[in-house]
Amino acid sequence: MGAGGPVAVLIASPLISYTGTDKVEALGETLGEVLNDLDIRFPGIRFRMIDEQDRIRKHIRIFINDEQARDLGHGVRPADQVCIVQALSGG
Amino acid sequence: MARKSVKSRPKSRSKPVPGRPSKAPSGSSRGRANPRGRLLLVATRKGAWLFHGDPLRKQWRADGPHFLGHIIHHLVLDPRDGKTLLAAASTGHLGPTIFRSTDLGRSWRESSRPPAFAKASEGKAGRTVKHTFWLTPAHENEPGVWYAGTSPQGLFRSEDGGLTWEPFSSVNDDPQYRAWMGGEQEGTPDGPKMHSIIVDPRDPTHLYFAMSSGGVHETLDGGKHWRPLVEGLEVVAGFDARNLVFHDPHCVRLCPSNPDRLYQQNHCGIYRLDRPSAVWKRVGKAMPKDIGDIGFPIVVHPRDDAVAWVLPMDGQTVWPRTSIDGEPAVYGTRDGGKSWKRLAQGLPKSQAWWTVKRQAMAVDGSNPVGIYFGTTSGDLWASGNEGKSWNCIARHLPEIYAVETGETG
Repeated sequence: MGAGGPVAVLIASPLISYTGTDKVEALGETLGEVLNDLDIRFPGIRFRMIDEQDRIRKHIRIFINDEQARDLGHGVRPADQVCIVQALSGG
Repeated sequence: MARKSVKSRPKSRSKPVPGRPSKAPSGSSRGRANPRGRLLLVATRKGAWLFHGDPLRKQWRADGPHFLGHIIHHLVLDPRDGKTLLAAASTGHLGPTIFRSTDLGRSWRESSRPPAFAKASEGKAGRTVKHTFWLTPAHENEPGVWYAGTSPQGLFRSEDGGLTWEPFSSVNDDPQYRAWMGGEQEGTPDGPKMHSIIVDPRDPTHLYFAMSSGGVHETLDGGKHWRPLVEGLEVVAGFDARNLVFHDPHCVRLCPSNPDRLYQQNHCGIYRLDRPSAVWKRVGKAMPKDIGDIGFPIVVHPRDDAVAWVLPMDGQTVWPRTSIDGEPAVYGTRDGGKSWKRLAQGLPKSQAWWTVKRQAMAVDGSNPVGIYFGTTSGDLWASGNEGKSWNCIARHLPEIYAVETGETG
């Protein structure tokens, strides 16, 4: 876990049932660490976004500031903003 | 540590809470116990409903939606305690999970470890559970034990009432079984399914399951070893029945009154198997020729192993998967499949193009037996007289994926 400050995490609406709010803070130097920290505080939230092979699920998009993260190793710095969104889909 | 207990969540009315009915329906049973009540459990593409019935099965009171907007693949009441519900859930965006209630849906708690395949070793592609498709309570002498079948095909077991799940490596990671499961293109339009997980009421280590595709399988040692059980089953013309990839059992049922008898609705007909034989007999050949014996669900009488019911669909040409000619009907046999009778009184006479999925037909334990089914167009139908006549309990629900019955404790 990084020793830096927390990052802001914007929560997609389908996941607010876990956090109770659309914006939380978490610690970590990578996206994977940030999501692990979230899962400790909001148990179950990680598996709804990340599958058992540690891949970001098909209809979930995660942006670090304005850059889309493709894997859990994506670096995160203090004061970054992690934005979790649901991909547009029909039906 | 469970992932989440809805009861323990902050009490903010503005926050969506999975499982909680978004709006208490008129006449909702929430907060009122229904001791030893009759229950219909309806899982749909957009949530779940519980229908509480009176002793005569005349009036049904709706409780729902639970999990509005979630895809509920299966909702099952534990017959061993009459109060524990498991719901297999996913959404269009989020990964799959299992919710558990021990108060008939007043509150729900999420599985802390839902069914998930083992993580693949470095450099190898691992599989991902798209959703849990099927839930089966284990033997009555194994309280708290459940089995789950997933899409793509995987078998899982819980020993703590559905809070945590462990994979059966003997199936999920076995090279032969992986080959029989085929690729995702071998599955249904909603993905390959493991279903019809059956526990022999005489022996908790004797289990069956079926795969679409991949055939029917059996274990005699609690899942250490498995063997196919497909002899006598037909496959689509032109394909080799010796290759299990081509076997597509749609629904398998064991007769509670005679655990040595199983019935099966297959992609290629209706079958019966009388153990110890391992050869299925196509009893659907006795169905009327203009109806055929293609369909998804099959249910059996709880006390008479000669009685079963199916709901045929149009499986011709491009597989419309509708009722045949828009005239839905249940067909029942009372002689083990030697003959079948059309049972359609009260059902739409024309222009009803729905069908019934493999999990969406169920029976209760009453005398006469109640039969229930839910349609792809969101209607819930019931017969309190073993199919002689039908009435519609609910209309305009979302597409119904599964119907189960239960008696509350």
